[in-house]
Amino acid sequence: MSDAPIAGTGADRGSLKSYLTGFVLSLILTAIPFALVMSGTFSSSAALAGIFSAGIIQILVHLHYFLHLDTSSEERWNLPAMIFTLLIMALFVGGTLWIMSDLNYRMM
Amino acid sequence: MLTREASTIGIDHSEEVEHHDTVAMQTLGFWLYLMSDLILFATLFATYAVLGRNYAGGPTGKELFDLPFVLGETLLLLFSSVTYGLVMVALHDGKKKWVLIGLAVTFLLGLGFVFMEIKEFHSLIAEGHGPDRSAFLSSFFTLVGTHGAHVTFGLIWIAVMIAQVAVKGLTSPVQSRLMRLSMFWHFLDVIWIGIFSLVYLMGVM
Repeated sequence: MSDAPIAGTGADRGSLKSYLTGFVLSLILTAIPFALVMSGTFSSSAALAGIFSAGIIQILVHLHYFLHLDTSSEERWNLPAMIFTLLIMALFVGGTLWIMSDLNYRMM
Repeated sequence: MLTREASTIGIDHSEEVEHHDTVAMQTLGFWLYLMSDLILFATLFATYAVLGRNYAGGPTGKELFDLPFVLGETLLLLFSSVTYGLVMVALHDGKKKWVLIGLAVTFLLGLGFVFMEIKEFHSLIAEGHGPDRSAFLSSFFTLVGTHGAHVTFGLIWIAVMIAQVAVKGLTSPVQSRLMRLSMFWHFLDVIWIGIFSLVYLMGVM
């Protein structure tokens, strides 16, 4: 009994297909921002938008196809925990940038 | 006899449920650790965002970063994420040999990543562009180095798991550890997406 696969704990639910799909999508989403910057033919605002959108989409691809994060009942606390963490992150990063740019502005 | 059998089944079942709960609890606990690690990285990203353009007359990211080299690091880490995925597929099918092969390949790809990063850091420091050169380089070495240290500890963990799978076989505790290592390894790849986007690509622009 102890050698049977542990089922339904989230991390093990990936199939070969889901990993390969995630891999192909990640390759494309890595190639796009590198191509945007390395070709140098795009304006910096267009390249910036490309980097940000490709990065965010690739993070979602990794969470879905590699970490299998979803709203299924097995991991009902994983997603709220991450959303709470994202809130804290937004406060940290946003607050830091706000305060430091404000200080920078006042020092000029 | 029949009653005994029934009661044995009953006990087995409750043990299974309890065991399942334990694994689910361990998975959630490890997930909470990863979330706290994410906050650590968020503070380092925020530090880099504030200091990343303070060159103190020193070199800029555009002069220092070698994008094809960074693309190579990115691909190594991405390949290692996929080979670890194949470990989880082999684990699900109970194929011990393929679990070991997958772990070994993941280890080698991760080792390649760490070697490339050490090479990059070494050449930067050798050229006088160490973390003491400017606020930009201090925050760069802290952020990228913290990620590299995580990958190094992941490599140690993979090596330990190769030994455990080889010696103990695919027992429930070993499977549970392999699952948590899977979360850790994929998490590090997610952090790397942030690093190559915000530090390297934006640094070169």
